[in-house]
Amino acid sequence: MIQMKFKTSKELEAHRSAVLKAQDPKRKWISFCVGTGCIASGAEKVAAAMKLELKKNGPKGVQFKETGCPGFCERGPLMVIHPEGIFYQNVKPEHVHDIVSRTLKKGEIIKELLYIDPSSGKQVTNEKDVPFYSKQKRLILGNNPLVDPTNIDDYMAVGGYTALGKVLSEMKPEQVIEEVKKAGLRGRGGAGFPTGVKWETTRNAKGAVKYIVCNADEGDPGAFMNRSVLEGNPHSVLEGMIIGAFAIGANEGFVYCRNEYPLAVKNVTLAVQQLRDVGLLGKNILGSGFNFDMSVVRGAGAFVCGEETALMASIEGKKGVPKQRPPFPSQEGIWGKPTNINNVETWANVPFIINMGAEAYARIGNKTSKGTKIFALVGKIKNTGLVEVPMGTTLKEIIYEIGGGIPNGKKLKAVQCGGPSGGCIAAANIDVPVDYEGLKQYGAIMGSGGMVVMDEDTCMVDVAKYFLKFLLEESCGKCTTCREGIERMLEIVTRMSEGKACLDDIALLEELANVVKDTTMCGLGNTAPNPVLTTLRFFRDEYIAHAKDKKCPAKVCKALISFNIDEKKCTGCGACAKRCPQSAISGENKRPHKIDQKKCIKCGVCESTCKFGAVSRR
Amino acid sequence: MQVRRGIEEVIPTVNMRINDLDVMAEEGQTILEVCKFYGFDIPTLCWDEGLSPYGGCRLCVVEIGEGKNTKLVSSCTYPAQEGLIVRTRSKRVDHARKMVIELLLARCHTSKVLQDLASQYDVEQVRFPLKNDDCILCGLCVRICKEQMMAEAIGFVDRGKDMKITTPFNDKTDTCRRCGACMYICPACQARCQGPDVKDPICNGCLSMSPTCLDFYDDAQCFMSESACGTCVRERKKEEVSKKEV
Repeated sequence: MIQMKFKTSKELEAHRSAVLKAQDPKRKWISFCVGTGCIASGAEKVAAAMKLELKKNGPKGVQFKETGCPGFCERGPLMVIHPEGIFYQNVKPEHVHDIVSRTLKKGEIIKELLYIDPSSGKQVTNEKDVPFYSKQKRLILGNNPLVDPTNIDDYMAVGGYTALGKVLSEMKPEQVIEEVKKAGLRGRGGAGFPTGVKWETTRNAKGAVKYIVCNADEGDPGAFMNRSVLEGNPHSVLEGMIIGAFAIGANEGFVYCRNEYPLAVKNVTLAVQQLRDVGLLGKNILGSGFNFDMSVVRGAGAFVCGEETALMASIEGKKGVPKQRPPFPSQEGIWGKPTNINNVETWANVPFIINMGAEAYARIGNKTSKGTKIFALVGKIKNTGLVEVPMGTTLKEIIYEIGGGIPNGKKLKAVQCGGPSGGCIAAANIDVPVDYEGLKQYGAIMGSGGMVVMDEDTCMVDVAKYFLKFLLEESCGKCTTCREGIERMLEIVTRMSEGKACLDDIALLEELANVVKDTTMCGLGNTAPNPVLTTLRFFRDEYIAHAKDKKCPAKVCKALISFNIDEKKCTGCGACAKRCPQSAISGENKRPHKIDQKKCIKCGVCESTCKFGAVSRR
Repeated sequence: MQVRRGIEEVIPTVNMRINDLDVMAEEGQTILEVCKFYGFDIPTLCWDEGLSPYGGCRLCVVEIGEGKNTKLVSSCTYPAQEGLIVRTRSKRVDHARKMVIELLLARCHTSKVLQDLASQYDVEQVRFPLKNDDCILCGLCVRICKEQMMAEAIGFVDRGKDMKITTPFNDKTDTCRRCGACMYICPACQARCQGPDVKDPICNGCLSMSPTCLDFYDDAQCFMSESACGTCVRERKKEEVSKKEV
């Protein structure tokens, strides 16, 4: 660790070259993910066992580095052995001994731990050859598995704080803004407002005191890219923020992180303290005369606090309730002072723009949307995890080439983009380029980047119901249309899934959804009806089937289906009857059984119990 | 252009267009204030002249902008801006207001104010199951308590569908002076008062009303006319009736 305060950017560079010099590129070291995803799969136990094993039996000089999330959470805990790049997945504490004695000492490869590509069925030894990784462009996530988030030297070794040194010693604030504008960076929080323009507005706003905020209140169900960046590489975000503060002329910053991300809060708090210790935060940073400090604010867990005005209220210590824009935060923000709010990923992009140069950065992506975007690819897909691709990559490429397609030979039905505020894109439209404008034309939004893949077994009415339930919990309750409207929409959709709706209800649902979208004040309410509107747009026949024929085509809505036993397939083993909680199944031994529909509560235990596929939904 | 107010204060103005009429407004005014000044009627529920704007009821929405890029905003919170084009009663606005009234009426169907609005806007049926609530969460009482009475005795608790207005910890509080301002300002929930209930933490304004209040205090404490509330009168009549029966 560094024990000095950097007074000039030359000192910073000198330290970096000292760090790099101490690192032998051919040295053996292990990169092991201890992000939240891998911890959930037991990474902490593996790490403890590994450290012990290395101490006891390990070859000397092997460094064991606990890093951030590389994104392939489904296969965690993940381990990569450098410099060969041997990729082990699903590592358990019992594998630790083998890894040390065979791979580290003898160079043998343990075949059980290798990743098997589901599309080709081949084992992959090297991390680089894993199709999930090789088809991505990992600008921001790329450093996560190389860096120990608690060690600032690690970040410096991969080129960290070069951009800051360059900005503070060579550039003027206006030049930085010009560079960001030229790069075409747009807000990664979802709305896609040009970042450079936002910075300029805040810079030009009246008032000496200005604030910047990093919005890390990621609340979409199934989205976790901001968490991974903050946990795995907090310094990249903080570097972007210091550069932004310099460009905007702000002297104080906040990282607003939800408390449900304990590791992210811990790592980013530690990183801020490290920056203060080395003089990259505080007064007269790198001798430039620029003063800046920041603090970490923990959110109490409200989805609506991701909305910028509610977020600012929360920072001020008030209840997180959105307010009218204009005045925009860039004019009147926290405590009435001009405030610039950007998403975690937006800030993390800034150092790359400065290092690469605006032109090179603008070459990534397509015409309207530049750079890369991280998506959380989840749901019914073979490879789940974080995927970073250039803007404009088609949805098809993401799902089939990186995601590996839909498991169990099922067909793709729709992709839900942008979280609860987003919309469902039907399978017919998956050639759409994933950028701000592309998704908009199908009623979805980029959002923070959640991507939930749904197969043919998904009921779209049920999906709408799920998101409405989430939003009902999270609506702040200020606006009538959002508070009452979402509740009423949920009522209608619930009626549909229970077979109690009529065709008029579809019209009412659509009418109400449009008014809620139109009339509510903040972004949450404006986008809340999107799941309903997009499913209505592309899957109206399913709504009609629910309302008119009282049928659920995907056979999900319990009130509209029945479980039946196929007499030809049933062997009369009685396994289902034993497990049925309602004792609704009866029949003689070795004779076909029957389900008493009056007793059946449609829990589906019989279906999952039957080994012969005799139980079916109707 | 500038407006001269008094001798020293000079307030800059902005030009806007409301319902095809070119108007001038002071900077810092809201669309609603300008509309009221020029006589354009906009219905409101959560707005009051003496209180800070809230923008919660969404009844005062107006359509701003031109061509395809119009949008609905709450006029009580949206600031008057140079070149703003406002339509106070377009098809879209009416449609939204009708739905707002229908939603509120479904929540609070006994309110006379809401029933009157429904009749004014031709809302003939409520297509949602009725809820029998007596508060539309407009927050006027919270704001009058804080901003005019300087008490902050009541506030919003919880969020979304569970949101309600009450005292801290739903408990009786000494901060409440029983001034009755919350009841005075309430646009919808006149039905809320259930008579002098000592357990009711919200207001108990009637506890301070003549003549029942004299059972509790030496001096009458009522700030409201009998016709504004009348629960205390009912209470008295009940007592009289029961006495007669005895």
